[in-house]
Amino acid sequence: MRRIGNAHARATRSGMARVFLTGNLKQLTGGAAEFDIDAHDVRAVLRALVKLHPVLEPHLEEGIAVAIDGEIFQDAWFAEVRADSEVHIMPRIAGG
Amino acid sequence: MAKSHVTTTINGDPVEFLCTTEQTLLDVLRDELQLTGSKEGCASGDCGACSVMLDGRLVCSCLVLGVEVEGRSVETIEGMAQGDHLHPLQQKFLDHAALQCGICTPGFLIAAKALLEKNPDPTETEVRYWLAGNLCRCTGYDKIVRAVMDAATEMRGA
Amino acid sequence: MASASDTAKLKWVGQRGPRPDGVDKVTGRARFGADISTPGMLVGRVLRSPHPHARIRSIDTSAAEALAGVKAVVTSRDFPDLPSEFVPAGEMLVNYRDVSRNVMAREKVLYEGHPVAAVAATDAAIAKQALALIKVDYEVLPHVLDVVKAMQPDAPLLHEDMYTLGVDPVPAKPSNIAKRVEFACGDIAAGFKAADIVVEHTFTTQPVHQGYIEPHACLANFSEDGSADLWCSTQGHFVVRGHCARLLGMSLSSLRVTASEIGGGFGGKTVVYLEPLALALSRKSGKPVKMAMTRDEVFRATGPAPGASVYVKMGTTKDGRITAAQGELCYQAGAFQGAPIQPGAMCAFAPYDLENVQSVGYDVVVNRPKAAAYRAPGGPIAEFAVESVIDEMAKTIGMDPIEFRLKNAAKEGTRAVYGAKFGPIGLVEGLQAARAHPHYTAPLGPNQGRGIAAGFWFNIGGESCANINVGEDGTVTLMVGTPDIGGSRASLCQQAAEVLGIELHKIRPLIADTSSLGYTFLTGGSRATFASGMAVIEAADDVVRQMRERAAKVWEIPVEAVTWEDGMAKPAGSNAGEFEPLSFADIAKMAGKSGGPLVGKAAINAQGAGPSFGVHMVDVELDRGTGKVSVIRYTVIQDAGKAVHPSYVEGQMQGGAVQGIGWALNEEYIYGEDGKLQNAGFLDYRIPVCSDVPMIDTVIIEVPNPSHRYGVRGVGETPIVPPMAAIANAVENASGVRFTALPMSPPRVLKAITGAALPDAAE
Repeated sequence: MRRIGNAHARATRSGMARVFLTGNLKQLTGGAAEFDIDAHDVRAVLRALVKLHPVLEPHLEEGIAVAIDGEIFQDAWFAEVRADSEVHIMPRIAGG
Repeated sequence: MAKSHVTTTINGDPVEFLCTTEQTLLDVLRDELQLTGSKEGCASGDCGACSVMLDGRLVCSCLVLGVEVEGRSVETIEGMAQGDHLHPLQQKFLDHAALQCGICTPGFLIAAKALLEKNPDPTETEVRYWLAGNLCRCTGYDKIVRAVMDAATEMRGA
Repeated sequence: MASASDTAKLKWVGQRGPRPDGVDKVTGRARFGADISTPGMLVGRVLRSPHPHARIRSIDTSAAEALAGVKAVVTSRDFPDLPSEFVPAGEMLVNYRDVSRNVMAREKVLYEGHPVAAVAATDAAIAKQALALIKVDYEVLPHVLDVVKAMQPDAPLLHEDMYTLGVDPVPAKPSNIAKRVEFACGDIAAGFKAADIVVEHTFTTQPVHQGYIEPHACLANFSEDGSADLWCSTQGHFVVRGHCARLLGMSLSSLRVTASEIGGGFGGKTVVYLEPLALALSRKSGKPVKMAMTRDEVFRATGPAPGASVYVKMGTTKDGRITAAQGELCYQAGAFQGAPIQPGAMCAFAPYDLENVQSVGYDVVVNRPKAAAYRAPGGPIAEFAVESVIDEMAKTIGMDPIEFRLKNAAKEGTRAVYGAKFGPIGLVEGLQAARAHPHYTAPLGPNQGRGIAAGFWFNIGGESCANINVGEDGTVTLMVGTPDIGGSRASLCQQAAEVLGIELHKIRPLIADTSSLGYTFLTGGSRATFASGMAVIEAADDVVRQMRERAAKVWEIPVEAVTWEDGMAKPAGSNAGEFEPLSFADIAKMAGKSGGPLVGKAAINAQGAGPSFGVHMVDVELDRGTGKVSVIRYTVIQDAGKAVHPSYVEGQMQGGAVQGIGWALNEEYIYGEDGKLQNAGFLDYRIPVCSDVPMIDTVIIEVPNPSHRYGVRGVGETPIVPPMAAIANAVENASGVRFTALPMSPPRVLKAITGAALPDAAE
């Protein structure tokens, strides 16, 4: 389900980022956990997800971090998402 | 409640103050005399952050009443340095990074000074047991013990 | 990207220099939360619930208000009823409806110690008398303290509107389970089928307090114009401003919060307790109000790390490849939801490269104080369980515990169950360093045992600002926004000196108040040296650029032709012209005439925090007569990326390890059947003292974090993650008994190893 895909193959398949929901968010979408989304930055990805599943909105507004091709971004609306990026929506990281 | 008038010596200086019979020496130092170097961590004698010397004896100032110091002599952290000359213990604590947040540091310095006055050449075990009445949550005690032993060496002229 | 050769040329980063705030701390001059006074100030005190669970029928404050010397009394009536809204703060998302109720109870009290009213009076004695005059009519309700009991359908219900989030379908009835989270990948059923050996246990841990020696304290001063000053001991004064402004209905700019020196926090001072109360009392009385908690109040009413019940099942092949990992973590949130189950579930198995993982967490409310962050929140509990099971698997297949971990270790590129991939990390290097360390092969005596464990923390970046103000004499003030809880002022000055090229002693740091600097997130998540560091570097770069521009103007050459080297502007080559270098001080002196004052600034949201992995080795000796476990040797190995000030990195490693020793061997809250805390003081809630521990040896590994110019990784939290498992593994090695419950205190150990109980021994 989450094996690292071949980025090269994906680029030829579609020009869209592959977005995965982790943790509880899947339960809000009735199980849908993987999406192909055409977006150039984190904010655009989140807005596209909310359009598909409005119930996600409050959860995506606060409390999440985003891993783009593995690298974690938190509160970074304009972090770049490329056509072949793999994006994971995960809970916010914190500390004490 | 009527207050008592107390005359005492603090860090070598003559001092007078008023306090209720309920106020501890720690309360007096901090609230009446603005000597806030001694800290309240527990008010029950368990943490040592309020350590001072009373007539040359190491005590928790939260366990001494303000009225008890009438006619006696108190030494606090504020009296440890001489002008801008730090005591070797103070300097070694800095050199060894023996403090992180620093809240327990005055208590440790007073307690360590009392140890070295009594035993100028303590072993690591003796240092650890003497300082067991001073709690530190930041450092894990390692650098504190090293600083005390290094200060002891320097003070012995060894 | 930082590389070994770059860092070899560094002048300040990596040195053990003097600490800017050090002298004031060894002389007692430094001012902590309770060390400030102001003329006319009142003393504030809190009335707290004596019951663990009760409905408040009425509160009558009239007698207290009438007492001479009492200037204000507040209850929940003085605070707005805030709607449910989640915002990030510290470690957890906080819900303001819950925050306002935790700070001052509204309909119910949910733990012994829950505030129900507060007074401000002209002295402490009158304040104490006033509390006794407040009449509260309680309807006592049954209470529940244990997480497993609280999850049962017939448990006393804390919140009538709590319907478990994250389960499908939504439950028909409310319960004490606020939330369920799940992370999964692969196929654990297939993974367990492929295993030769499967190990499973349920682990139990108790709540433990962060144990900061300085109780919470603050001084609030409201002006009649509606603005206020607040001095408080906190890890995050901008976060305090946000919470208090919301709770008091103020604008952010009308509340100026100054962070005092802080006497320990470890996550426990990322939330508000007294501050909104002091502000409300000050506003109502028209006078400054000082409040400080007693140690008793700290234990009864401030948030510990949760207690937990954790089930872990893992499978491995005979030749040491882990094939499946399953975990179910039930954490006690205390009276309001928000236990760190997400980070716990995320980091549990993350140190290992695994295909088949399922990690489930439950956030459960109980009648105890609301849990707060404690150093790597959620992580230590999860790793205690996982690293114990890993140790047992290694032993069962007859493999060396380090070899077993190396065989499965996460590396650069390994993907975790929550979707992120690790960048360069130092787990393998840490394990190799442990294997090569003399501690690993030192002989053990009778009743002695050795254990190892690994762990990590994600670390965070976050919003950070820095200003550098250049004085006319070439000395500099560095303003940052992250309170200094462990020496970060030193490392921030070192990073600034490195970029600016000036002597370290010419830089004076200041933790700016909330009105004087841009928003800076709290000190936590091991972020200060990393994220404030990045801001400091950027502000210093800004100063250097301006200095080059001034030199270029003076020399009448393009700015591209001016280099900055060793704190001096120099022409880039002989083509640029024959000019004597201009020093930092030279340019500072002419700042006014050459364009204006020189001020560097940065306002960033730092990304790219690198996780820090640690490996701990511990030797213990068991006293079979008393059950006492003594720690006789301890080594902490940890990846710092780049140790800016090695002494303070070592300090974090040693301090976290000793907190973990306390968590493993002795610390726990002891409640009676009546739901009241019995050990609310340092005598009976016994944290490690100097004589309990040996020297803590440290080995700093440096696998640079590519996001930071000098390769810095946060180090503060990781050291508390491995100790409990390392010690449990050592105890197993010494005694043959696998402890799955913490703490491993003498009565419990004695009972387990001899089968006998001492009279009246605690269970």
